[in-house]
Amino acid sequence: MFHIYCPHCCEYREEEEFHAAGQSHIARPLDPDACTDKEWGEYMYFRANPRGIHHELWVHAAGCRKFFNITRNTQTYEIKEVYKVGEKPSVVADEAK
Amino acid sequence: MSDVTVEAMEGKLVTDQLPTGAIVGESPLHHSDLASIAKKGPQQGGVHFHERKLKGLLTLRCAPSAEQLAVIESLLGVALPMQPLTSVTTDAISVRWMSPDEWLIIVAGEQAFEIETQFQEKLTGHYALVNISGGTTILDVSGSHVVDMLKKSTPVDLHASEFPVGKVVSTVFAKSGATICRLADDKFELVVRRSFADYLWLWIQDASREYGLVVKA
Repeated sequence: MFHIYCPHCCEYREEEEFHAAGQSHIARPLDPDACTDKEWGEYMYFRANPRGIHHELWVHAAGCRKFFNITRNTQTYEIKEVYKVGEKPSVVADEAK
Repeated sequence: MSDVTVEAMEGKLVTDQLPTGAIVGESPLHHSDLASIAKKGPQQGGVHFHERKLKGLLTLRCAPSAEQLAVIESLLGVALPMQPLTSVTTDAISVRWMSPDEWLIIVAGEQAFEIETQFQEKLTGHYALVNISGGTTILDVSGSHVVDMLKKSTPVDLHASEFPVGKVVSTVFAKSGATICRLADDKFELVVRRSFADYLWLWIQDASREYGLVVKA
């Protein structure tokens, strides 16, 4: 079991209280009507599946029911950082690799 | 675009939800006849159980401005606990922090409507106050082995250094959920869903078996 820090409750809680809600920082196209089917399809259905650093949206489902972001290493399960929605991650994947 | 137009309603709709007249209010554990068990059952044991029934519970959702905070304090008689996981408890009213923009207000059953009406009259701006009395019930558990019983039910750290008196957490409880508040060293309040009340009552009986369960009327 993980202990996950909830940035709203300001303490570590059991993983059991949380749910993962998929990839975070997905920008909605500003003008959906102008999108091609391909662009819209990619926005709707296609998600990154990186090996290594991944930014995910999580929800403290059994606690304060707030969404927040977790930067996680998908290979080691290590949680690098927790930050609120609207904030920028300070840990990002090294694109050069 | 929908063809349906919804006309804005004047004011807010507040209904007195207390049963009156021939209708008798029944708590979610009415069928368990706790009063008889309290009389006939064991009088000594490590866990004490009491259903604090038919209370008035209100959910306040608001990102309060300083002005709203002042109005809320004057209406409730206590200030909203703004720090995460804190609560305010007096004889007349309890306020629990639920989330950064949500509080649970617990008053006597007959006071809920009065508070709702006052909020509607006095509090302006963006907020929501919802009466959830019918959907929840409060279980008070206490006794020398209450922490041992709770440890079987929830992953939250209940040690006094981590969970002092007055702290309130919403968490998983016996595969269901509960809002747990520590009222004293060996006394906890569980706010649970009405539909889970019977299941949790059975669970608490089972979890308390080795310590002895005393039901208080």
